[in-house]
Amino acid sequence: MATATVAAAMPEVPAVRSRPLDTESREWLASLRSRGAEQAAAIERLHDLLLRAARFEVARRRPGLPHLRGNELDDIAQEAADDALMSVLGRLDDFRGASRFTTWVYKFALYEAAVKLRRRAWQGREVPLEPESWGIFASSSATPEAEAQQGELLRAVKEAIAEALTPRQREVLVALALNGVPIDVLAERMGSTRGALYKTLHDARAKLRARLGDLLEVIE
Amino acid sequence: MNERPELKQALGRLLGPGVPEIGCEECFDKLNQYVELELAGGDTDRGLPGFKAHLDGCPACREDYESLRAFVGGGQAL
Repeated sequence: MATATVAAAMPEVPAVRSRPLDTESREWLASLRSRGAEQAAAIERLHDLLLRAARFEVARRRPGLPHLRGNELDDIAQEAADDALMSVLGRLDDFRGASRFTTWVYKFALYEAAVKLRRRAWQGREVPLEPESWGIFASSSATPEAEAQQGELLRAVKEAIAEALTPRQREVLVALALNGVPIDVLAERMGSTRGALYKTLHDARAKLRARLGDLLEVIE
Repeated sequence: MNERPELKQALGRLLGPGVPEIGCEECFDKLNQYVELELAGGDTDRGLPGFKAHLDGCPACREDYESLRAFVGGGQAL
């Protein structure tokens, strides 16, 4: 993932104190940093854990992927576990004991599986960069007054998107926040990263908020 | 318009949380810590400020969080 800190004005945070490693985490690190048969066995056990997590993620998302067959889904879980294993082994020194070692490694497998499944779900589909529907903003309201207010909001939002944003910010905001394109899918299509796109989205949102100003205060 | 929660939700998706938040990379870095702190009943807002705001603004990171929480908290993990 790209380095992109969104917030410039986050409050001062006390440095995260890493607690002493628990026994299990220490044993994991020692065996993965060893050599020979001990290391090979540890890597195999780690892969088993990662595969278990990846399969959990695949099963969670399976209802949303009716077109994928069981063997395809298991292939995705296997690939996710393989990629997660490479990430974990390459980042062992980054593990500081802020959680159990296993919780730290699981997130890599869940992440890899989720990204692959999101991309798979959008495979062959065009990513819409123009507003597809204003849906909820255009729906009817309970009272004429509320409807007029909503109409005013819709006009202001459209105007702000058209005038206040750069073309790149507009595309990213429309795709992610209006059209519901998953950020990993958009990152792949745009040759970017989740972090970089979120920074663009964040900047676009800040501009819109500034532009809409008082109107938002009335609504929120 | 307070009676229109779906409109508020749509505005939230469009405009984000509107409060200081961390980025996606920091969110991923601290995800394991956040989930364990939350499962232990700790004060996540104080311990990891800006994390929850990011989950409110980034659907993908929220999904990653929900997955890890469900896996570790639901007894699926070893």
